[in-house]
This record gives sequence, C-alpha cells and structure tokens, in this order.
Amino acid sequence: MNRPGPDPLTSSTFSQRAHEQLGKPFLRRAVPKATDHAYNALRDRFRDHDYDALREQGRRIRADAVEHLDEHLATLVAALERNGVSVHRAADDARAREIIRGIVRDAGGRRVVKVKSMASEEIGLNPALEADGVEVVETDLGEYVVQLDHDRPSHIIAPIIHKTRGEVRDSLSRVAGRELPDDAAALTGFARDTLREAFLTADVGISGANFGIAETGTICLVTNEGNGRMCTSLPRVHISLMGIERVLPRLEDLAVMLPLLTGAGTGQLITTYVSLLSGPRRPGEPDGPREMHVVLLDNGRSALRGGAYQDVLHCIRCGACQNVCPVYRQVGGHAYGWVYGGPIGAVLTPLFRGMDAGGELPHASTLCGACDDVCPVKIPIHDLLHGLRSDRVRGDAAPRAERVASSLWSLAWSNPWTYRASVTFARVGTRAAARVPSGLVRRVPGAARWLDGRDLPGGPRPGGRR
Amino acid sequence: MPASTASTVTVFPTCLGDIAMPDVVGQTTRALAACGYAPRLARGVTCCGQPGYNSGFDADARRVAKASLAALDRTEGPIVVPAGSCASMMHLHWRELFRGSRHERAAIRVSQRVRELTTLLAERADRLATLGLAWPGTVAYHDSCHMLRELGISDAPRAVLGTVAGLTVVPTAVAPRCCGFGGTFSVRYPEVSVAMADATLDDARVAQVDAVISADPGCIMHLDARSGRRGDTPRVVHIATLLAEAGLR
Repeated sequence: MNRPGPDPLTSSTFSQRAHEQLGKPFLRRAVPKATDHAYNALRDRFRDHDYDALREQGRRIRADAVEHLDEHLATLVAALERNGVSVHRAADDARAREIIRGIVRDAGGRRVVKVKSMASEEIGLNPALEADGVEVVETDLGEYVVQLDHDRPSHIIAPIIHKTRGEVRDSLSRVAGRELPDDAAALTGFARDTLREAFLTADVGISGANFGIAETGTICLVTNEGNGRMCTSLPRVHISLMGIERVLPRLEDLAVMLPLLTGAGTGQLITTYVSLLSGPRRPGEPDGPREMHVVLLDNGRSALRGGAYQDVLHCIRCGACQNVCPVYRQVGGHAYGWVYGGPIGAVLTPLFRGMDAGGELPHASTLCGACDDVCPVKIPIHDLLHGLRSDRVRGDAAPRAERVASSLWSLAWSNPWTYRASVTFARVGTRAAARVPSGLVRRVPGAARWLDGRDLPGGPRPGGRR
Repeated sequence: MPASTASTVTVFPTCLGDIAMPDVVGQTTRALAACGYAPRLARGVTCCGQPGYNSGFDADARRVAKASLAALDRTEGPIVVPAGSCASMMHLHWRELFRGSRHERAAIRVSQRVRELTTLLAERADRLATLGLAWPGTVAYHDSCHMLRELGISDAPRAVLGTVAGLTVVPTAVAPRCCGFGGTFSVRYPEVSVAMADATLDDARVAQVDAVISADPGCIMHLDARSGRRGDTPRVVHIATLLAEAGLR
C-alpha cells in the first residue's frame, strides 16, 4: 500500500501488531461493543426471515456473476458505454492509479472529493493524487477523520470503530482552529459544513462501486450520509473504481443483493441513500457530472478464478464476518496489517499480497466458523483459511521451526507406543512442573507461550470442588 | 444397527483426554455405562491428527490419524468421542484427509461410526433422568465451535444437563463465541488467545455462574488454565465431570 511509512504487513508480525492493539483500552471496549451492536442489528433485521434461504439466493447470484465474469463484464462495459460512460480496465494497482491520475489531470482537477471505497484504499490512491498536487478530501465522516489523522480504516464499513469521540473532536478541532464541543451533533455539524464546501468546489468526485449492474450499465452506491450522492452529482467529473468481481448480471439481482448487503452490514432494511448511477448528465438535464468514468480493477482478482479460492470473489464487503470474529473483536482491523481486516482480510491479504507478505494471516483465526455462519453470500471462509494454511506448507513457505515441530509430532504420534510414552512423559512432566519454580518450567520449548497468562492444565483451582 | 452390537461402544480418549484430563475419560466411560451402553476404551489409538491438519500439515496429520484410524477400524459399533472438535475432525475431515489415499475406504467407514459423546447420552436422557442426579447451582454451557458449527450439535449437551436436578443453565454471551483455544492458535498467538478466554470468562462472571461446562477438552483446558491464573471462580469442567459430581456412579 502506497502510504508514507513502512508497510505494516511486511515490517511486523501479526503478534506484534496484535500486541500493540491489545494495549489500547479504548479499542478493547469499543470494538466488542460496536461489533455486538452490528451483529444484533443483523439478527433483528433477519429475525422474521429465513436468513439461510436468502443467503443461498445471494450465493447463487454471486456465484453466477463470478463464474461467468467475462461475459457479464462484457455486457457491463457495453451497457456503460451505451450510457455515455468511459470505461477503463486496470490490470493492477499501479495501472489503476495511473488511469485515475490521468483522468483528474485531463479534467484540470485541483480538488477531489471521495466516497468511502476499500478498492481505493487497496490501490493507495490518495497519496498518488496528492503527489500530483491534487487536494483529496474523504467525505464519509469516518474516512474523513481517518484522513485527518493519517490513519487507516480499521473496519470495512466502520472505518473509525477504534476511535473515541474525544479523538474525533481533537482531529476536527485542529481543522476548525478552535476547540469544538464534545458533542456528537456539534461535531457532525462542523464536519457537514466543512465537507459541503468541499462538495461545492471539487472538480472530480471519486467513488467505489458496491455493485455494477451489467444489464443496465448502472453503478450502485450505498451510503448513509448522503456524501455519495454529493460526490457523484456535484463535481464535473465522476470516477467510479470498481473491483471487477462486483458485477451483478441483472437489475433484478439488486432486489436480493441490496437488502443482503445493508442487512448484513448494518442491520438496515435499506441504507439512507442508494444511488443508481447510469451515466453522466444527459442533454437537457440540469445537473449531474459532465463526464463519468468507470475504472475496472483486476489487481489479482481474475487470477483467483477457476482456483480453490474463487469463492472469495463472491464477497460484497459488508463487514459482517468482522463483526462476529472473536479474534477481530479483540485486536481490531489494524492488527491484520493491510486494507482488509478480519476473516475476509485473512483470506484476501495472502491472495492479493502474496504468501510471503500475508501467509501468516490465515493462522490469525481459530477456525471457529462464526464468519461462515453470518456471511450473506455463504463464503466458506474458514475452509479458505484452512486451504491457505495447507498451501503455505505445500509451497514451503511455512517457517522452519513449524515444519520441524510438526515432523516431530507426527513421528512421535504415528505410533501407539511412542504416543503412550510421550503421554506418560507429558503427564509426569505436568505434575512435576506444578512443584518446581515456574522459571524453570518456562524453559521447556513452547511452555512459556502457554504459561503467559495461563496456568498449567489440571492444576488446583481456587474455590474449586476438585 | 444390529441389536447384538447396539450397546457396545468404543471410547476414543483423545490426546488431551490422555494427557490433561484422564479423569474425563473415566467419567465418560461411567456415564455411558449408566446409560446402558457397554463402553470399551479404544486400544492402540493416538490422536485424531487435528493439530497438524488445522496447521496445514496434511501429510503429518495423515500419518498420525492413520494410527488411530487403523486401530478404530478393528472395532465395531459407535465410536464415542468426548471432545466436540475431535469428533468433528474424525466425522467430517478424515474423509478429506484420506481422500485419494489407500485408507480412504477405511476413513469413510470409521468416520460414519464416530459419535460425539453428548448426542449418545442425550438419546438416553430418559434413563439419565431416573438416576437421581443433582447438582445445585447455576452453570453456563460453552459451545465448542466445531461441535456447534461443523457438527451442528447444541441441543444434546443441554438435554443432558436438563437431567440434573437443581442445575440451571443460563445464557451468557450475545452469541456462542470462540474461547480462543483454537489448538495451535493458543500457543501461536498466546496474547490474543488469552484475551479471548478473558472475554468468555468475563461473560461467565457477569452471569454469576458456579461453573462453565463444555464438552470439549481443548476449550476446557484453555479456559480453566486462564481462570486459574486469574484466580477466578467459576471452574471450567467437562460435562462428564459434572455428571460425576452430580452423583453418577
């Protein structure tokens, strides 16, 4: 990712990043609270529905879209062009940045307003535009604060799930040049006034795409703040950056996918704003952008087709898997080291960034399967995580210590006699360990990793009836 | 199932049962006997291979699981596993693990016989209920993730607990949530693993339960070891242990 500073994914381990996040008392309170809230909202939303049947409908639509991606993309491109949209194909992140910089340059763009887009995070768009002297303003309130703080979003749909209101106030106060009150309404009021100015003066609006509807050549955007509509209708030029897999074959698919996305993401029946954008301003129309561009981003997506991980392309970026993940709940999104955190991030990161950079992340899961149960398009996330673990071993990318440990384990436990011997040894060892100084026990390989925060198994417990 | 073998069951002790919870294996056997089964402890078995399999070391896991598979294939009748995640490994994943190998047919044969302990006990809940079991107190039942989500078992352990007089099971968390054991995860990321145990134990503390009950030695070992370090009650015990404490002989 093209951001100032070292790339966390390659310059640190999950353990190190998790350690840092676990040391933040606010995060430890806020993330469980916010994610529980989101999960409860999802449950309430689908309480009177057969969620599994809806998920299955969603899965089928997404599976068809991805299975016949070339065909649907061709239809989408043709329909978009019929609607007067310029379509660009970007094979990778560098090409996508180049295309967008070119469009902004050609439009004489000095100021860009943006709708929250994970794809734009993925390609590191903002620094690239800023290097050209373009002012970029994130207009989703959360993303705006992320930008002010030179931070990163830590949740797919709730980018500042890790920040306190006090921190938000400090950031906005810096922009205001005065101390703003510690009051949510006042803070959003200030942000609204500031951003409104940006909407009215920007030359280019950049958005992602929640879906691209092939049949009609329509980009669908969902937001709750109205900033999406502002960014895509006020500036002269609108650019939508869309992952190629986000295509839906038919308009009617939206009837299934839209409620699944909003219900799984926030528990809403529908978001406050849903924009269906089918081309620039037409002759005689009083408003809308003069130019509309769609940049279709591949960046490793088509390479996943036909392979063991094709199902990950069904993802609609709702964030529900993050909300139920017991690991994410403790460590938040930044611990995952790249753009996508949580279970889906632990799958996407090694696939997009490579095994060397992201190969550890599939282990940052207990394979509990909570993500599979909630995913609105039934991606078998924990199977994919397990598959990536196997791939890492097969590809000889697993650390040597792990390979050695596994070989020794396999050697000892593939035979009943050596197994019994090791069991006896372990039992005697555990009993003896309870009576010797813990410093000594910790020198047994691996023991310290268990004993950090835990007693030996089977020891006496206070107040126990054991 | 033919009547002649209907009551003979083979108990697979699991590696954690062997190492850390030998009591649970004995209690499992007694619980099965009290329900009218004729339990026999499996001989010559080792581990189900899950630690290696879940870490991506399929070949190593296959070698370990093969020993247990061969031993179990020499037995007949249900294979009872007092550990949800091992039961899931054997019932569901052995077929994948041995796919295409010469042990595939044996894996299919054996995996079909694998039963998680509480499902077998729950089938004889009427009988359990006549044993006069009593355990006055409030407990939380901690669902093992693989038992709940892969095997789909959630009613059976609660039905078993329902046969114990004086025992109240209270819900704790928003949703059944992983305790942070995760096999090798617990030593790969100890700090995160312990934080997850704390979340589970905090929920139990808020609910003011006397004990947390589970049917998976992995969760129990991890939660109990964390609870011990924190100096907390409640204890975390296996469902077979609870039955023993409730007076099952």
